[in-house]
Amino acid sequence: MDITHFRDQVSVILKRDRIVDICRYLHDEPQICMDYLSDLCSVDYPGRRLRFEVVYNLYSIKYRHRIRLRALIPEDDPSIQSVVSIWAGANWHEREAYDMYGIVFKGHPDLRRILMPEDWDGFPLRKDYPLKGPEGWEWKGFEELKELHKHDDEWSIKS
Amino acid sequence: MEEGGAKVGMRKIVKVDEGIKIIPGANTIITTLDKLINWGRKSSIWPMTFGLACCAIEMMATGASHYDLDRFGIIFRASPRQADLLIVAGTVTKKIAPIVRRVYDQMPEPRYVMAMGSCASSGGIFNTYSVVQGCDEFLPVDVYVPGCPPRPEALMEGILKLQEKMQREYFRWSPLR
Repeated sequence: MDITHFRDQVSVILKRDRIVDICRYLHDEPQICMDYLSDLCSVDYPGRRLRFEVVYNLYSIKYRHRIRLRALIPEDDPSIQSVVSIWAGANWHEREAYDMYGIVFKGHPDLRRILMPEDWDGFPLRKDYPLKGPEGWEWKGFEELKELHKHDDEWSIKS
Repeated sequence: MEEGGAKVGMRKIVKVDEGIKIIPGANTIITTLDKLINWGRKSSIWPMTFGLACCAIEMMATGASHYDLDRFGIIFRASPRQADLLIVAGTVTKKIAPIVRRVYDQMPEPRYVMAMGSCASSGGIFNTYSVVQGCDEFLPVDVYVPGCPPRPEALMEGILKLQEKMQREYFRWSPLR
């Protein structure tokens, strides 16, 4: 959709639909040979029509050149194809993006939360997520723990 | 040293400290069981190695040869079953909190908890959704050591404070307490 240059960094803004084909081409084409995925992350731009971005920082170990791909993702259907089949290292990065932003990577072999507890509610790095978590809400696991602590005196746990 | 009035046979009983008396020449010390047990406990605190963040690095430095916690009888144990003290060294996230609590629950009595650093004491700079605002929300904390991270001297001061606290304990060894 657009190509930008900033201090010799090339950044390509893409539609999300053919991300796997594009990545596969950049990876397999001998003249480009983007054999290393330096980073995969996502960004939230609240207010934009296409609210989320998934950013792919690619690097060629052979030619030592880089490119950045930015795929735009709408809020109402936050999903994109997974690139784990191209770079296996994308596995945990995609899990992190899912954990923090709720972006679903289709075709991912094991899309679970990676940092937050599995039964956590919400996606903490979205800009509309309150810093201290939703008002009046507490993670169940920690709620149980505080309940446990209340009974310390009865079990003669003393400090 | 103060010359006591009482006599055992022909010997004088000498008071050397509050609640501690000796009979000179008889190789005998008279004191309370409390004092003896508390002295034993405070002189061999075995802490659990439970580092959570950068405070753990400082805790390791305190345990290593330069600051040398061994001279207080402190030897780090890698098992909660052998530990007396849990040093919560670092930021406690909500996800790790149940595990910290389980480690504490696995320790045998008498057990103590030290909150090391501002994160463990109050959450520190991490006033966020994922961080516990002080480990006293789910553990009975004995000593708080401020600092970010505390210097080894500060951690040692905390341990000395804990020793003072242990020395003042009354009847903790008894099931009748």
